[in-house]
Amino acid sequence: MPGVTKKRARPPRGLGDAKPAAEGATVSAPRPDQAGRIPPGPAARRPGARQLAKAWAQAIAGTSFVSMGRRELESFLTDLAEQLVATAAVETFDPEVGYKVGAALVDAHFTQPASLDHTLRTLNEHLGGTVGSARGQALQGALAAGFAQALRDRTLVEQEEIRAAAMLAHSEAEAARWASEARFQAVFAGAVIGIVIADIEGQVIDVNQTTCDMLGYTQEEFRELTVNEFIHPEDAPGIWDAYRELTRGEREHIRLEKPYYRKDGTAVWTDLAVSLIRDQDGQPQYVVTMVEDITERHHLQTRLRHQALHDPLTQLPNRTLFFERLGQILEDAGEDARVGICYLDVDGFKMINDTLGHDMGDYLLLAVARKLHSSVCGPGQLVARTGGDEFVVLVERSAGPEQLVDIAEAALAAVRAPVQLGGHEITVSASVGVVERAAHTTSATELMKAADTTLHWAKRDGKNRWALFDADRHAREVTKFELSASLPAALERREFLVEYQPLVRLEDETVMGVEALVRWRHPTLGLLGPDRFIELSEETGLIVPLGQWVLGEACRQAAAWQRQYPQVDLVTSVNLAVRQVQDPNIVAAVNAILEETGLDPSSLQLELTESAVMGSPGQPLQTLHALADLGVRIAIDDFGTGYSNLAYLRSLPVHSLKLAGSFVAGLRPPDSPDPVDKEIVATLIKLAHTLHLTVTAEGVETSEQAARLRALGCDTAQGWHYAMPGSPDQVVALLKAAAREPSPAAG
Amino acid sequence: MERPTWAPDDVNAQRPSVARVYDYYLGGSHNFAVDREFAEEVMRAAPDARMAAQQNRAFLRRAVRYLCDLGIRQFIDLGSGIPTVGNVHEVAQAVDPTAKVVYVDLDPVAYAHSRAILVRNPHATVVRADLRRPAEVLGDPLLRSHIDFDRPVGLLMVAVLHFVPDEEHPADIVAGYAAALAPGSHVVVSHAATDELDEGKDRALNLYRRSSTSVVLRTAEEVAALFGPLTLVEPGVVSLSRWRPDTSDEAGPAETPGLAAVARRD
Repeated sequence: MPGVTKKRARPPRGLGDAKPAAEGATVSAPRPDQAGRIPPGPAARRPGARQLAKAWAQAIAGTSFVSMGRRELESFLTDLAEQLVATAAVETFDPEVGYKVGAALVDAHFTQPASLDHTLRTLNEHLGGTVGSARGQALQGALAAGFAQALRDRTLVEQEEIRAAAMLAHSEAEAARWASEARFQAVFAGAVIGIVIADIEGQVIDVNQTTCDMLGYTQEEFRELTVNEFIHPEDAPGIWDAYRELTRGEREHIRLEKPYYRKDGTAVWTDLAVSLIRDQDGQPQYVVTMVEDITERHHLQTRLRHQALHDPLTQLPNRTLFFERLGQILEDAGEDARVGICYLDVDGFKMINDTLGHDMGDYLLLAVARKLHSSVCGPGQLVARTGGDEFVVLVERSAGPEQLVDIAEAALAAVRAPVQLGGHEITVSASVGVVERAAHTTSATELMKAADTTLHWAKRDGKNRWALFDADRHAREVTKFELSASLPAALERREFLVEYQPLVRLEDETVMGVEALVRWRHPTLGLLGPDRFIELSEETGLIVPLGQWVLGEACRQAAAWQRQYPQVDLVTSVNLAVRQVQDPNIVAAVNAILEETGLDPSSLQLELTESAVMGSPGQPLQTLHALADLGVRIAIDDFGTGYSNLAYLRSLPVHSLKLAGSFVAGLRPPDSPDPVDKEIVATLIKLAHTLHLTVTAEGVETSEQAARLRALGCDTAQGWHYAMPGSPDQVVALLKAAAREPSPAAG
Repeated sequence: MERPTWAPDDVNAQRPSVARVYDYYLGGSHNFAVDREFAEEVMRAAPDARMAAQQNRAFLRRAVRYLCDLGIRQFIDLGSGIPTVGNVHEVAQAVDPTAKVVYVDLDPVAYAHSRAILVRNPHATVVRADLRRPAEVLGDPLLRSHIDFDRPVGLLMVAVLHFVPDEEHPADIVAGYAAALAPGSHVVVSHAATDELDEGKDRALNLYRRSSTSVVLRTAEEVAALFGPLTLVEPGVVSLSRWRPDTSDEAGPAETPGLAAVARRD
């Protein structure tokens, strides 16, 4: 049987090896079998055999699956039929042939009972006539026995084969499973990362050594634990809810950072990847957690965050943290929540730094920080260092301004306590700006701006004190600032004007002069008196050009009057501010104005304050002499309010004193004037006259005052009693009257 | 199929196996009680199941012979199952004893059994692999030691593609193999067909669905489409028994329960 691999070792078939013809379906040359018989070849096929084979093929085709086409089948059956027909014909009948044919059928894979059934029927029909019925029955019986034996053998072999294959496959699968298990165990045991396997109820099932090392428990101890025992107070909110969602199968993974207590109580920070493992039906089965120790990283992050939010010198919260917290408070504030801050600045810190050195300065700041921390820091009260020598106390839930003031006083008292600094005991003070307001009405920026302003007030009011933010005061200051800022433009736009108030000779109540007074016709605020802007212009330095403008304006006006009413002797008095007197160009400027306007110098009186005249020796005195040399009169304004050096007064080129309104006010009450004021005024007048100076009283409002001043010998007076300051036209009216009635003195 | 390659498959004699049920239909005893029960249950729903298996096996024999007649001497049988009666190497090596045959199956029992059968056959072997992954199959070293891809190959996908649902793109799988084959190679396909879907067959399909493998029935057009650019040889996609029958009377009854086709890579 060339070309066909014999693949199965068939069991011996009892009566010799009847080589089945099935596999020899295409055989071309007959070979002797073991019994020495030569099966008939195709050439010698008996006609009866061929007919039998055809009928046989027809009967059994399709009863079993065989790997043969119809022609092959017929050829195969022809061989078998030949043997059957031959044995039926020979003398020595051998039923074994039937046995072999039955086996050959099974070998060709005619394994179905129907195949045997149809075979026996066909043989019965075809061989029934040619062989005796006893032979035929014996032959059929043998065929059936051969078929049954071969089928039984084949079935047992195949069952054995498939069972062996199943066992082999099973053992291979086991080996693979074992190998994979071993691999997993190697990964589990050797992983640098901690691995924890728990069931859905949270019972720990297995942990690896890395986890044990990380948390300090043995594996046995771990298996006694449930995940609930790993709850930590610093767990991020919501993580346990997420864990429960995971165990319910509502999510697959959680990634989080979480602290654990080691068995010894110390903390371990970990990065966790928690995963849900489901069974084959998709039901949650295990929770596997990968644990990475990130304690160092966490400490570093914590340290970095602390550094980012704290002042390295004092370890107090810094500006960033302060604003973060303030922003949070304002954001979370309810309808009637109030918030307050005390903004504290060490008085004169720059001087301490400059004189004792920056090291000492730092020590001092550290000492102040400690005092503040121990005195005013507490729940709901944050003490922060917001800059150089500035500290702030943030009161999260203010009970009202009184609470803030109490805190400010406590802070001031703490700072005032003496400090040991490099062997010296030094005492410093601080100023505090206090702001307290409803949280929802303000912002962090507004609050700090107000605190800054208020701190500035405390400083300006004399330091070593607190100031409480006052909205009205703040509004005034804002207006003042706005005025100050708009002064230069106002001067350019000629918004200023000069009014004149008559100076009256008490002796005969005739007008001997006018005082020029500047006014500001403000575009929105109306006509503003000098009290609203002179101080501002002195602060900003604008007083110099403004004063010069007033001087020029007054001189031009006086010159005009002089030309128009030459017979009237009128002195025009103009104020010179301290800074004007200090201006090195003042003499040249006055001279230029006199020349330009053509005013007689003796008709001009310059009013200077005591401080301008006597504040310091040197330049002002020279200026004073130079002005006097121009021929102008010099008056000392508000005499008696400064500290005049009376001896020095004698040597000054001064012509007149103007008594401050406060002395004159004491003479006002109709029935009983203030005796002290009256005596002072009398003394001042006497003194002036001793020095050959004339005396002018300002602020004369009643006839009694006028009468009393006249009685005391005062020379001139000005005030509402005689005339309010007025326009040049009003002065012209006076001049006209004077021109018609020459003064008694002149007459 | 998502499990890692090293995870062992279940070898479970308690669940029917497609390969062993098929063997039972062919009259073999390479099966267990659970397989026989399953097979009988399917036959109660679809009485022609046994005939389908037998006709399919007969088609396999004719197709292999046809390819042998064309001179092809190497075969890859994808999803070979239990290589019982009328297996490819018997048919091919009857023509040429040196014909090369590589069986491919994923079923661990079928694989173990095939190995046992082929242990002494130097020209035939078996590879355990998933036929849905052409690259893995074609890259298998044992397979490559038997097959010369520079020469024509007979690639057999007999009664397997109906186990591949559309989501797994069976045409792409066929194309994945065809691309590796030399011109003159042939692809042999037989497939369960929808033509005569009745209630009984529907129940039979449900049975398969309950087993580990479910069956997708396809029409002749759909089966033709699986071949892509390959050229169908005569008579195209036809009933199993009508594909080049040995004799006219072998064609049997007209309503045969499966489709068959062979296509050539030009």
